[in-house]
Amino acid sequence: MTSSMEQLYQQVILDHAKHPHGRGLGTSGVGVLSGESHQVNPTCGDEVTLQVDVDDAGVVRDVRWEGQGCSISQASVSVLHDLVVDRSVSDAGELGATFRALMQTKGAGLGDEAAEDALGDANAFTGVGKFSARVKCALLGWVALNDALIKTGAPTGAAVKEDA
Amino acid sequence: MTSTIDAPHTLSARELAAVRADFPLLERTLRDGQALVYLDSGATSQKPDVVLDAEQDFYLQRNAAVHRGAHQLAEEATEAFEDARARVARFVGVDDDEIVWTTNATAAINLVAYAISNATLGRGGEAARRFALAPGDEIVVTEAEHHANLVPWQELAARTGAVLRWVGVDDDGRVRVDQLDEVVTARTRVIAFTHASNVTGAITPVAPFVAKARDVGAITVLDACQSVPHLPVDLHDLGVDFAAFSGHKMFGPTGVGALYGRRELLAAMPPVTTGGSMVEVVTMEQTTYAPPPQRFEAGTQMVSQAVAMGAAATYLSDIGMAAIAEHEQHLARLLLDAVASVPGVRVIGPTDTADRLATVSFVVDGVHAHDVGQVLDDAGVAVRVGHHCAQPLHRRFGVAATARATAAVYTTDEEIEAFREALSGVRAFFGLEAPATGSASDEGAA
Repeated sequence: MTSSMEQLYQQVILDHAKHPHGRGLGTSGVGVLSGESHQVNPTCGDEVTLQVDVDDAGVVRDVRWEGQGCSISQASVSVLHDLVVDRSVSDAGELGATFRALMQTKGAGLGDEAAEDALGDANAFTGVGKFSARVKCALLGWVALNDALIKTGAPTGAAVKEDA
Repeated sequence: MTSTIDAPHTLSARELAAVRADFPLLERTLRDGQALVYLDSGATSQKPDVVLDAEQDFYLQRNAAVHRGAHQLAEEATEAFEDARARVARFVGVDDDEIVWTTNATAAINLVAYAISNATLGRGGEAARRFALAPGDEIVVTEAEHHANLVPWQELAARTGAVLRWVGVDDDGRVRVDQLDEVVTARTRVIAFTHASNVTGAITPVAPFVAKARDVGAITVLDACQSVPHLPVDLHDLGVDFAAFSGHKMFGPTGVGALYGRRELLAAMPPVTTGGSMVEVVTMEQTTYAPPPQRFEAGTQMVSQAVAMGAAATYLSDIGMAAIAEHEQHLARLLLDAVASVPGVRVIGPTDTADRLATVSFVVDGVHAHDVGQVLDDAGVAVRVGHHCAQPLHRRFGVAATARATAAVYTTDEEIEAFREALSGVRAFFGLEAPATGSASDEGAA
């Protein structure tokens, strides 16, 4: 196995793919703004449906999702779940933007300690940037989150913008 | 390979080595100096020197606008363009004026669908009435179709009020010919079907489709993209009314394909894309149109690519399509055996070599096709992953995606062994244990 393969399929990714977090759709709580988004990667048929609940204070209360696809796409949604639950909507948007930026570094990483701290487990996807065909797999969940947050109608702040 | 090989006969090891030497790209290495094992010819084939040279030679020696101008270059360019048409026509057993250049096979199928639309709107006069659809008329396809031979017919149905019906496929991926009697009715006006599935590799028996179409007066449209590069195809013998195929899957360049149309049908068909080069007389009020094939070739054509596609047809004919088909039967056997030898992997499509191409799609239990492709790529093995533009067929088998290995005449036994070896490591890489038996199992599936 080559080193770029090991970099691509980090143990964190394989673990999340095997035991995903936040999987399973449901209904949102009372008094919570909800949004749902269904995203498809048309080239390979990867799919994710993601629901997000936001409370009155603009905090992401829950992320639930269902999907099918490769280990990169499924692990990425699982990691996303862990990262954004209990964070503000604007933090979630910023994390998404940072993750998109990471995907554009062709595997080099952002070289920004604060950003790496913020991304936590999502740093495991750094190697995906080397494989341009797989970047869209890693971004599928984040695109769904962005769209679902907009659909909640919650004030999103400037951080949530589609720039990928 | 410079000498003509007499066909049909089995290709010797020396001949196969000579074929392979014609394809410079096959010698390149990948990252980490890995040798390339190209098993994605079903998506696009590699190109032999003679094809690349033909395209370059056109630009270096004969480039000029075709079908206009009285100078020598224009004459030579026109001759090269029309000679290529003749080569392609001969290659598929039809007459020169029955071949229309298109940008690809998708464009060829859309051309027929939009010509039918235009006829339905009354364009093309009395002669074109035979193509017109009425609400409730039926268009028949199969569940095995590539989107290119499905979506244009869905759209045509939506535009005209016609109804789309389809023939299913069985558990081996073979088209359910037995359903033709039920699906094709007196209202059927078009039957569009693939000659060979780009997913299962199954070859469709054409005769019952043509017979049924003749019974009810429907036209037949054959998607011959996958068959033409791998089998001897004689479209006159097959008796279809239209057929589409692309250059790039038969060792030719991208950007060029061909539509075959039976002469009297092309003559009756209204144009689709209009403008220069496809007219007779133009006044400010109206226009009369050129006879086929020019009627369907508006605007500047992809002349150099057409010339190169002609060279590709000659290259294939020189090797001999019967010999190629026989060799690829052997490769199909090897591919099927390779997949069968790896526990936890199952084929989507026929597992016998009868009436099938060396196109083998498969599912690795517990591992998504994308991940399968990535592990194979790491060993230098290039396969296609995804739905291969055939979502309904994948849905039929309850899978979203498959990995697909496709061979061509330049594929070697050693390459298929390299594929088998790489495939055997896939489940282990993702932490899945090999099942106890050779049969498919969901043990350890995530």
